[in-house]
Amino acid sequence: MTDYPDTSPGSLFATTLAVAGHDGDQIEAYLARPAGERSRGGVVVIHHMPGYDRETKEMVRHFAELGYDAICPNLYSREAPGADPADASAVARSRGGVPDDRLVGDVAGAAAYLRSLPAANGRVGVIGHCSGGRQSVLSACRLDLDAAVDCYGAFVVGEVPAGMDLRITNLIPDLPNLSAPLLGLFGAEDQHPSPEQVAELGRILTEHAKDFEFHSYEGAGHGFFAVNRPAYNVAAANDGWERIAAFFGKHLSTATATATSTSAEG
Amino acid sequence: MCTYATFKDTVDGSAKGPGGSWFHVTDVTVYFDHPVHAMAEHTLNIDFADPGRGPAARVAVELTAESAERLVAAIQAALAAVPVEMRV
Repeated sequence: MTDYPDTSPGSLFATTLAVAGHDGDQIEAYLARPAGERSRGGVVVIHHMPGYDRETKEMVRHFAELGYDAICPNLYSREAPGADPADASAVARSRGGVPDDRLVGDVAGAAAYLRSLPAANGRVGVIGHCSGGRQSVLSACRLDLDAAVDCYGAFVVGEVPAGMDLRITNLIPDLPNLSAPLLGLFGAEDQHPSPEQVAELGRILTEHAKDFEFHSYEGAGHGFFAVNRPAYNVAAANDGWERIAAFFGKHLSTATATATSTSAEG
Repeated sequence: MCTYATFKDTVDGSAKGPGGSWFHVTDVTVYFDHPVHAMAEHTLNIDFADPGRGPAARVAVELTAESAERLVAAIQAALAAVPVEMRV
């Protein structure tokens, strides 16, 4: 990779590789890096429940284009190695979903890999959408990360309906341990999380003096970042990407990373 | 939303799957969540699968809630239209 010059703005590299995840398991991951040797932070992208798919890999490349080393671990590597993402997702769902502890181990492995790369500045953020939004918050509660973005993750707070075959709990017991600044991006028309649940999450984080920043977009529902879905909302997605870029720019850059104060806005 | 609403059961039958081949299906997963292909925010999704044959041994459908209700009614009507002794 380092054979290429760093003189072409926008140059980046993307590849599939294996990283050590939970319990040291070798899991598949998609990595994208900006060209050159310039010092940079890292971003772990947690794919949504429908899988380690093309659109998620596109986000990984987007972060490389923004100047970060970015990686997305395939959370379904164990259940369905090499399978079509939708088939792998179906297998994982039929087995009850990804256990939280395993998810945390996989994100930890991905973050460690990013920190080991040449030119890494040691600062790593995490982002996830939908189920990945919840998992992003979970990761920031249990791991040493520098920034976390939750895009409309359901069941960070709120009661999980009983009787389902998919194992999931809310994260209320974990929230006091949130150790990274959190950016939350939500749709005002979404019901999971609902505006009331977003407000409840804000109240809990304020109570615990956490550093967070929430934005809810009028007219946007769930999944507004998903470019290949009917829920895609151009205005919300464009503004959201700008806020993500600013947030990671603030917290993942060695030069500008400083202690921040608690903030919240609607 | 990711509803996470997922319900599993066993089934006994066959499905025509990848490559046009029939295969025996043993498991069904029913969930109301984001579709992969259907142009709706959420759909009633059904996976008929034989886990023993790997992840690709799956027949998947994604139905709008309204059409899923009609499917349920059609299945019940078809079953009700024949004598119980024929269900063998």
